[in-house]
Amino acid sequence: MKVPTGKIPLPRPTALSRPHWDGCREGTLRVQRCRDCQTLVFIPQPCCGNCLSERLEWVDSSGRGTIYSYTTVYRPQQPVFETPYTVVIVELEEGWHMLSNLLGVAPDDVRIGAEVEVDFHAMSDEITLPYFKLRSAS
Amino acid sequence: MKTPYPDVAIVGAYNTVQAKQLPQWTEPSLVLDAIRGALADAGLTPDDVDGVNVSTWVSQLSSRTVAQWFGGRPAWTGTSHPGIEAVLEAAAAIQSGQAETVVIATAQCGAYTERESTVVWTRPENEFVECWGLYTAAEFALMAQRHMHLYGTKREALSEVASAIRMNGAKNPEAVHFGREVSPREVEASRMVADPFRLLDCCITSEGGAAMVLTTKQRAKDLDVTPIQVLGGALDRQGMSYVTAPLWHRYGWVGRRAFELTCQQAGITHKDIDFAELYDPFSFEIIRQLEAFGFCKEGEGGDFVMDGRIRIDGEFPVATNGGIMSYSHAGVVQLLQKPLNAVLQLQGRLVPELTLHEPRIAIATNGGSGALFCDVMALGKEVA
Repeated sequence: MKVPTGKIPLPRPTALSRPHWDGCREGTLRVQRCRDCQTLVFIPQPCCGNCLSERLEWVDSSGRGTIYSYTTVYRPQQPVFETPYTVVIVELEEGWHMLSNLLGVAPDDVRIGAEVEVDFHAMSDEITLPYFKLRSAS
Repeated sequence: MKTPYPDVAIVGAYNTVQAKQLPQWTEPSLVLDAIRGALADAGLTPDDVDGVNVSTWVSQLSSRTVAQWFGGRPAWTGTSHPGIEAVLEAAAAIQSGQAETVVIATAQCGAYTERESTVVWTRPENEFVECWGLYTAAEFALMAQRHMHLYGTKREALSEVASAIRMNGAKNPEAVHFGREVSPREVEASRMVADPFRLLDCCITSEGGAAMVLTTKQRAKDLDVTPIQVLGGALDRQGMSYVTAPLWHRYGWVGRRAFELTCQQAGITHKDIDFAELYDPFSFEIIRQLEAFGFCKEGEGGDFVMDGRIRIDGEFPVATNGGIMSYSHAGVVQLLQKPLNAVLQLQGRLVPELTLHEPRIAIATNGGSGALFCDVMALGKEVA
């Protein structure tokens, strides 16, 4: 798939999530980390899912990982999404997971375990989305 | 049999008309039709009701609004969503003496108007899922792909599940897809939706309502009904649905806790359960629940469903009315229709082609892996 050109629904950052989206705009994938037990937390939460500490900090991810699972979608959520498009769960090197889309890979060629890296694309003045692409394709 | 609710009985069960669309109906009129139908089924009148739990998705009806409809008499009101959790809440209210006769009802219509997009309840607005084009089929597909990768679950197993359930609906005159027989080959030939799910692997969308009446076992003795017992039930909630990545290793066995607690309460094991009204949003979810609940080993659900085992004439039938793949999927209403159909099947009230031979104990489930919750309850018929 390619980066959508139509008006897809874009994130509306909250006070909790804004550091993540600011990071994307600046070209860095950010995730929360607990200062007390080092657990990585995503999606953004007010506390650590392991120890309930509120002492969370934002840290930088390498943006590299592997495909944990995927689905190629032929019936779009809304017509603005051109089909087919590939939804992936990426397992980042640091051990956390996030949803994204995989760019530049034909549906039949997507594999669990494939090595990927983040590929930022500015969608508006405020929002840059963290897509992923195969690492060999860089 | 010792259960948490020994003095409670389900005595009324009623589905309104179900159809792809019900333009001539409103949600309040469907709810009222459901309530009147369930009370008539039990042989009770509005005067007998001293507890209500009603909620709807589009019109946002609440239990207290509906208590007003009952003339504003003193009543217990439930707050749980209309499904297994509401049945358990009502049973607890009756068992503890807070209410004698409770009616649970819900309905949905008018929610799906923009058919260019997927139905609105499948695509919640959330900043970490919406922009990637996710909706429920994709969420559950991410679970299924991981399972197929880990265990080698085959396409044939998904097709067999979808065909088995849709064939039940084809035999059910009340089903939205009545008369629409589907073979495994036809499932495989249907168009792709979200890999590995093809169109006929996915549930339908429709409109309708349903209601259930519970009362004390003492009161039930005076009624001309076959009372059904709530043998046990439990919830398994692992977070908000559809806001975060559906990770197989974290959420794949959701519902196991609820199933095991249900069996402990009911004093039953797998071999005691005659059939299962399993939540069937996508074919894979049946395979997953069978594994999560231990009807087979982890990874062997695909083999378990083959050879007709879950078909209506098999050793362990599932979704015996056609489920949400063929009978009806009116948004939240299906949550109540799962235990409700277990009641009808235990009472022997489905058409002969779908009636099992003297079933005694059933389970019903709400929710599945992609939704990160799965509730379970057991229902039983007393045998003379």
